[in-house]
Amino acid sequence: MEVPILKQGEVLIATFQAALSDADLEHLRRGLVQQVVRFRSRGVIVDVTAMDVMDSFASRTLREIAHMIRLRGAETVIVGIQPEVAFAMVQLGLTLEGVATALDLEEGLAYLIEKFKNID
Amino acid sequence: MSKREITSKDSEARGGPGVEIVRSEAPSELLRELVAHLRQNRTQLREEWVVRITETRLLTAMTKEEIFAEATSVYDSYVEALETEAFEALQAYARNLSERIIPRGVETHEVVGIVLLLRDVLARSLFAKYQTDFKKLNRILDAYEPAANRIANTVAVGFVQERERVIRQQQEAIRELSTPVLQVRERLLILPIIGVIDPQRARQLTEQLLRGIRTNRAKVVVIDITGVAAMDLTVANNLVQTVEASRLLGATVIVTGLSPEIAQTLVTIGVDLGKMNTVGDLQGGIEQAERLLGYKVVTLADPRQS
Amino acid sequence: MRAGEIRVAINSDQDIVAARQKGRALATELGFSTGDATLIATAISELARNIVSYAGKGEMSLKMVHGSSRQGILIIASDNGPGIRDIRQAMRDGFSTSGSLGLGLPGVRRLMDEFEIASEPGQGTIVTVKKWKQ
Repeated sequence: MEVPILKQGEVLIATFQAALSDADLEHLRRGLVQQVVRFRSRGVIVDVTAMDVMDSFASRTLREIAHMIRLRGAETVIVGIQPEVAFAMVQLGLTLEGVATALDLEEGLAYLIEKFKNID
Repeated sequence: MSKREITSKDSEARGGPGVEIVRSEAPSELLRELVAHLRQNRTQLREEWVVRITETRLLTAMTKEEIFAEATSVYDSYVEALETEAFEALQAYARNLSERIIPRGVETHEVVGIVLLLRDVLARSLFAKYQTDFKKLNRILDAYEPAANRIANTVAVGFVQERERVIRQQQEAIRELSTPVLQVRERLLILPIIGVIDPQRARQLTEQLLRGIRTNRAKVVVIDITGVAAMDLTVANNLVQTVEASRLLGATVIVTGLSPEIAQTLVTIGVDLGKMNTVGDLQGGIEQAERLLGYKVVTLADPRQS
Repeated sequence: MRAGEIRVAINSDQDIVAARQKGRALATELGFSTGDATLIATAISELARNIVSYAGKGEMSLKMVHGSSRQGILIIASDNGPGIRDIRQAMRDGFSTSGSLGLGLPGVRRLMDEFEIASEPGQGTIVTVKKWKQ
């Protein structure tokens, strides 16, 4: 399954769909990192609004994405986690610790812009 | 319908000279005969029933006209159930009826009472009709009684189920009302919790709060537990989970009014209080929230001075 | 249309998605709230994932159950994999663990109302969970 990655200035926006298999997630992880390097992006927004279930693998993949992107000097924000999904995640003990989160695309962009300001 | 068994009384009667025993009617035929009788005498039997209802002082919450109207539909459904043995349809009818009369204050004993009265009124009319043929009366009752009892049971159960459903709904509503999620400023929500929280209510609060964060686009939430005396481990865990889940939605949680007892409970379950955002009281929590949101806290001039 | 039992063969990670989608569909059909349906789908995802990771293949069974006065969903995850040597260890974790290590079984237990596990090293594992409608 192809996941659309949009470029908005220095920020990449990846919109995850529902029903992504493990292989899809792996593919996505590699693809995102490649794009960050290619465009020298400063920030990445991963929009998971469409994901109706977030399990341990998805959670681990998101943390790995954030980690690898940080190694390339960019910031990651996860946006769009649904209330029911957030509740299920914390029951499982998946807290995405160490990864920035925001409510939606708008908040995610605001977060990154603020972050860029502080870095500069 | 149970198969008809030959009773010892019948065997005794078999040998009598010149006595003709008719015992070949199938139960369904008897049922049809009795249903026909109940339909033919509908008006009279229904009135008798309503009289009995008033005499026994049931359905006092309803007017005579209302009782009569409901009695008509109940009578017809009763007879239909006898005829078709469609008890599921009857249960659905009972639930519908209950939906109408429960808000009027009708209680379980009244519903059971009137159904039993109807059973009695109809039984009496069968006694009257077949009084000259005792054997036939027995056969008719064999067909009638199990069906009538099943009807009484079905209606009662239907009523009780509807009642329980209403009670559950009310409890849910009370729970939601008793802990509102308040929006006081843009992007700031306050959740004041008072009293005893059981795990179910705690879970409901968490879901309410998370939905509220999304709807109000809140960035900061102040959960005030000044009014909570103690928490068991499950609820304490729920609090931690609420903080974590809120963060996943991009909101920071400030917990205010943490008592020493609850602080101890949290430490027991392994929470690092240093990592949790806590402030002594609600006012202080709101001020910190405003700082986080970038509001400047300005003290207004004392109005008493002007 | 009330389904009887729904069985999903678990052979690869694609089946994990299929199993949880069927689980969510069944939960919704049974009248569970969206929140509960999500919990159920998440539990199924984790259980199916364990099968793939540790046993290679197995089966998930989903069906409705009746309690004394309520309805619920029954989920059975079974495999003939290596089994769990120390179940107590597998079931132990603090409440605020990252959950990325191990089988995530304590997490699954938190998601559901009832939880049972039977496992024999070398023979396989059967995890049985239930959730009741509120």
